[in-house]
Amino acid sequence: MTTTPQARNVPAGTPTKITQGSPTKGGIGESTLRPDGTLKVTGEFAYSSDMWHEDMLWGQTLRSTVAHAEIVSIDTSEALATSGVYAVLTYDDLPAEMKNYGLEIQDTPVLAHGRVRHHGEPVALVAADHPETARRAAAKIRIEYRELPVITDEASATAPDAVLVHENRDDHHIGHVPHPNIVHRQPIIRGDADKAAERADVIVTGEYTFGMQDQAFLGPESGLAVPSEDGGVELYVATQWLHSDLKQIAPVLGLPEDKVRMTLSGVGGAFGGREDISMQIHACLLALRTGKPVKIVYNRFESFFGHVHRHPAKLHYEHGATKDGKLTHMKCRIVLDGGAYASASPAVVGNASSLSVGPYRIEDVDIEAIALYTNNPPCGAMRGFGAVQACFAYEAQMDKLAAKLDMDPVEFRQLNAMEQGTLLPTGQPCDSPAPVAELLRRVKARPMPPEQEWLTAGSDGTSVDVRALPGGLSNTTHGEGVVRGVGYAVGLKNVGFSEGFDDYSTARVRMEVINGEPVATVHTAMAEVGQGGVTVHAQIARTELGVNQVTIHPADTRVGSAGSTSASRQTYVTGGAVKNSCEAVREQVLEIGRRKFGTYHPAWATAELLLEGGKVVTDGGEVLADLADVLEDEAIDIELEWRHRPTEAFDLRTGQGNGHVQYSFAAHRAVVEVDTELGLVKVIELACAQDVGKALNPLSVLGQIQGGTLQGMGVAVMEEIIVDPKTAKVRNPSFTDYLLPTILDTPTIPVDVLELADEHAPYGLRGIGEAPTLSSTPAVLAAIRNATGLALDRTPVRPEHLTST
Amino acid sequence: MDFLRPASWEEALAAKAEHPTAVPIAGGTDVMVEINFDHRRPEYLLDLNRIGELSEWEVGQENVRLGASVPYSSIMEHLRAELPGLALASHTVASPQIRNRGGVGGNLGTASPAGDAHPALLAADCEVEAESVRGKRLIPIDAFYTGVKRNALEPDELIRAVHIKKADGPQQYSKVGTRNAMVIAVCAFGIALHPETRTVRTGIGSAAPTPIRAREAEEFLNAALEEGGFWENGKIITPSIAQQFATLASGACNPIDDVRGTAKYRRHAVGIMARRTLGWTWEQYRGAGRALEGAA
Repeated sequence: MTTTPQARNVPAGTPTKITQGSPTKGGIGESTLRPDGTLKVTGEFAYSSDMWHEDMLWGQTLRSTVAHAEIVSIDTSEALATSGVYAVLTYDDLPAEMKNYGLEIQDTPVLAHGRVRHHGEPVALVAADHPETARRAAAKIRIEYRELPVITDEASATAPDAVLVHENRDDHHIGHVPHPNIVHRQPIIRGDADKAAERADVIVTGEYTFGMQDQAFLGPESGLAVPSEDGGVELYVATQWLHSDLKQIAPVLGLPEDKVRMTLSGVGGAFGGREDISMQIHACLLALRTGKPVKIVYNRFESFFGHVHRHPAKLHYEHGATKDGKLTHMKCRIVLDGGAYASASPAVVGNASSLSVGPYRIEDVDIEAIALYTNNPPCGAMRGFGAVQACFAYEAQMDKLAAKLDMDPVEFRQLNAMEQGTLLPTGQPCDSPAPVAELLRRVKARPMPPEQEWLTAGSDGTSVDVRALPGGLSNTTHGEGVVRGVGYAVGLKNVGFSEGFDDYSTARVRMEVINGEPVATVHTAMAEVGQGGVTVHAQIARTELGVNQVTIHPADTRVGSAGSTSASRQTYVTGGAVKNSCEAVREQVLEIGRRKFGTYHPAWATAELLLEGGKVVTDGGEVLADLADVLEDEAIDIELEWRHRPTEAFDLRTGQGNGHVQYSFAAHRAVVEVDTELGLVKVIELACAQDVGKALNPLSVLGQIQGGTLQGMGVAVMEEIIVDPKTAKVRNPSFTDYLLPTILDTPTIPVDVLELADEHAPYGLRGIGEAPTLSSTPAVLAAIRNATGLALDRTPVRPEHLTST
Repeated sequence: MDFLRPASWEEALAAKAEHPTAVPIAGGTDVMVEINFDHRRPEYLLDLNRIGELSEWEVGQENVRLGASVPYSSIMEHLRAELPGLALASHTVASPQIRNRGGVGGNLGTASPAGDAHPALLAADCEVEAESVRGKRLIPIDAFYTGVKRNALEPDELIRAVHIKKADGPQQYSKVGTRNAMVIAVCAFGIALHPETRTVRTGIGSAAPTPIRAREAEEFLNAALEEGGFWENGKIITPSIAQQFATLASGACNPIDDVRGTAKYRRHAVGIMARRTLGWTWEQYRGAGRALEGAA
C-alpha cells in the first residue's frame, strides 16, 4: 500500500542489438515471475533450515561470552557424558594441518585456539540427537577465560603498547600497513590537493560516523552435512558462493575438494552476510566425526554472531570549491573497523578509497582508507561494500558546500557531476554512460508529495491519521512539532569484483528435444539469494535459444564456479556466462542444421540465423527448420567460463590503476517529516532514479531498487548493532532491539529507470543491486538536516541526536 | 517442564496452589519468548487457554470487568468508548498477530516497566482481581507494581480480571519508540481526565523501575484547574500550567540509560508527551478536539 511502483520511464538510450520481434515468450526484457515467489509468500518454500535426514544429529556451537581473553582451560567431560551427545569438538580435535579459514586472509580459527578475539567467537561444538540436548550439553562445557584489554577503535589499536589482535602476520598486506593492527591501507593520490586548495574560495570539513549495520537476512544460517561412503561429505547449505566456501572448507577437513560436494539449499536473503563461512565447516566436522548427518540451524540471536556486519566507519573529509561552484580538491581519511578477523576488509578498503570521491569530477585528491583489526565483531561484506560509508560523508559535504556558496544543492552537484569520459581518482576513465546530472534532474522534477497528509476530512470536521505522522500508531503527535524536510543524494558504486581479481563465471547449457519439444537446461553454481538470477537465466536461454521451456538446474559444485552473488555482479557475470554458453550451443545447433539441411536452402549459408519460437529463422524472419528436426535425439551440452574485461590492482602508494570494470549510479530525493520536539522521523517519500543499462527483468529491477532504498533508509533512522565500547560486547543481538523498518516505516518509493546501455556489458546491462543503498541514506539525512537545521554527522540518527538529549 | 492444562478456573487455582512456581501462560507473547531464548525454564507451565471466561468482559455501571486474557485487538474493537486510553495503548502493542493473542493479564503478570497497558491502567484507575484457593481480593493498581518485573501477587494467586473505571472524560496515550510500529516503548505516557471527581490521573511507562503515576504533576494540575475554575469555564489551559505539568511529569521519571534510549531523552520525551496529551484531552473536554482516525 505504501510502496507505489510507478510506470517506468524509458528514455531514449542506445540499447545494444536485441533479437527483434522474437515470438519466444518470456525472454529478456519481460517481467517473468520468480518460480519461488508464491511459495515464499505462502510459507511453503523450503529454506535450508527445513531440511531433514534420517538419523540426523543436531549441531550446536558454543561461543565466547567475552570479547578478548586467553582460554586458560576447556573441560568438555560433563558435556560428553550427557546422554544423547555423540561428539564434543574443540580446537584439539581439528583433523587437518589447516585450522583457519578466511575469504582472502586465512586468519579465522575454525574453533578458538588459546584465545578469543571477539564476543561470540566459536569455541566448541556439540552434536546430539536433539537440539535441546545439544544446547544443554554445550552449556555444560566449562571454559576458563583470562580477560585481556579490548581494542575497540583506532586509538587503542595503534597505541604504542597495543596488544596485537593477530601476532606474526604473514599476509600480503603486512608489508605496507603502518601497524599490525591495520588490515590494509590504500592511499590514492592524484594531482596536488594542497596546491588546488589555494584556488578554493570556500573549504568545508567534516567528521562523520557510520554505525554498524546488520544484513538481517531472512533465514538464519543453516545447513546439513551428510557423510558419504567414500569418506567425503555432502553439504547442503544456504550461502552466497559455493566454490569460495569449498576452497575454505576442504583444507580444514583434510579432504580434496572433490570429496566435499556442495549443493545450494533454500536461501532467504544474504546482502553480503553469507559471503563468509558460518556453520559450514562445523557441520562437516561433526558429520565426519560421528558418521551421521548433522544439521546446524542458528536462531536469530546466534545469527547476529554468526556473520560479519557492515563496517562502522569514521570519515574525515575536506572539500574546496570556487565561488562559482566548481570543486577544487578533496582530502579524506576513512577508518573502517574490521573487527577481529579480516573477512572482506581489504576489498572494502579498496572500494572505500577508490569510490570516496563519489560521482564528481575532482582532479586533485588526497585519499587514505584503512581497516582496523579490533576486538569488535568482525565486519565484511554488505550491500554497498565500502561505498555506502563514503557516500554518506561526501554527500553531507556537498550540502555543506552548496549552503556555504548559497547554491541549490542539486544544481551544485550537477555542476560537478562526472560524465562518460571523466577520470576517476584512480586515473581510470569512466567508459560508459554516467548520467549523474540527469538522475538528479529527474528526482528533483518529481511533484512533491502533498503537505500534511495526516489531516483527513471526516464527517465532523478534520481528523488525524496518526499513521501518516512521525511516531505512527504510537500516537505521539497530531502535528505538533512536525517539520518537513527535503534532501538529495547521488552515489557511485562499482559493479563486479575489482582490483585485478579474476572475476569469472561458468555456465553449462544443454539443449535437447524432449517429447518433440526443444528444451534447454541451464546449470550454474550461482547462489540464488533473492536477486532473481533464476528468472534471468531462463529469460536469457529463451532469448538466445528460441525455446519456451527452460529448466534451471539446482546450483552445486558439479559445475564450475559462478563467483559470488555480490558486488551487483550476477546478472552481468553469470548472466554473461549463460549468454555465452547459449551462443556456443546455438552455433552447434546451426552447424548441425547446415550439415543436415544446408543444401535445401541457400539462406543456411548466407543469412544471419537466429533461433526463435523453436525454429531456425533468418534475420528476415523466414523459417528454415524446426529445432526438433535439427536436433532429433542429439543433445548439445556445453560448459564454458566467461570473464568480463580484466581489471588491475591499485598501486599501493598512489592508488592509480584501472581497478573497476563498471559503475552504477542512483539518485534519491527524500521527503521526511520530523517531530522536532521528540526527535522522531517519518520518511514520507524516497524517490529514486537509476540507470540500469538494460532492464532484463523490469519487475525484478524495481524490487531491487525499492529494497536497496529501504535498506539504506534503515541505517539512516534505526538500524544499528550497538557494541559496548568498554567490553566490546554486542548489546542488541535480537530483532527486539535491532530495529528494521516495518511497512509503516516504508515510504512511497517512486522509481524512474533509465536504460543507457554499457556497450561492454552483456545486453548493455548494468549491475543494479547496490547503488540504491548508497544514496538513500544520505538523502534521508539531508532531509532531516533540512527539517531541523542540525548538523547531524552520524548515522543512524536517534531521537537523542535530534533533541540534544 | 510439565504442562498443566486446567479445564476450569477452580482447577487452575488448585494447580497454582499445588505448584506455586508454575508460570501461567495465556497468549504466551511474553512467556514463550523467555522460554525460547532460554531466559527461564519454569518447572511448570500453567496453561489458562481452556478457561473461556478469562477472555470475556462485562460492562457495568462504574467499571469494566476485563478478563485477564481478553486480547488487545478485542479491546481496540469493542471497548474504545469505555476504555479509550487502554484502547489507544492496545494499538501500540507489537503487531496484529500479537494483539490477537496478548491480553492485559500478561502485562500485569510480567509487570515489566515497558508493558504498554500500564500507563493507561494507572491513568484510568483500576483494581486487579487476584484469586487463590484462599480467596479473592482486589488489588488497587497503585499498589500492584512493587519492583522491576515484580508485582503484589502471592505465589498461589492468579489474575482473573481487571476492574477498570469506565471513562468519565477524555483519555489519551502516547508512546515513544524508534520505529513507527511494532516497537518496545522507550517511554510512554497515559492521561485520563476525570470530570466527575475533577481530577486528572496519569501513568508513565519505561521511565522508572516500575510503571508509575506522576503524582506531583497530577496534584499541581488538579489544584490549578480547580483554582482557575477550568472544569466549569472550559477555558484553554494556559501554556504555563501545561508547561509546569510537563516539567513535573518529567521530574517524576527515574529512568536509566539503555540500548533503547538515554535517561535524559526519556525525561525529555515524557515531558513533551505530558504536555501534548494534556492538550488533546483538554481540547476534547472543551468539545473542540479532533478525533483520532481509527488506525489498526
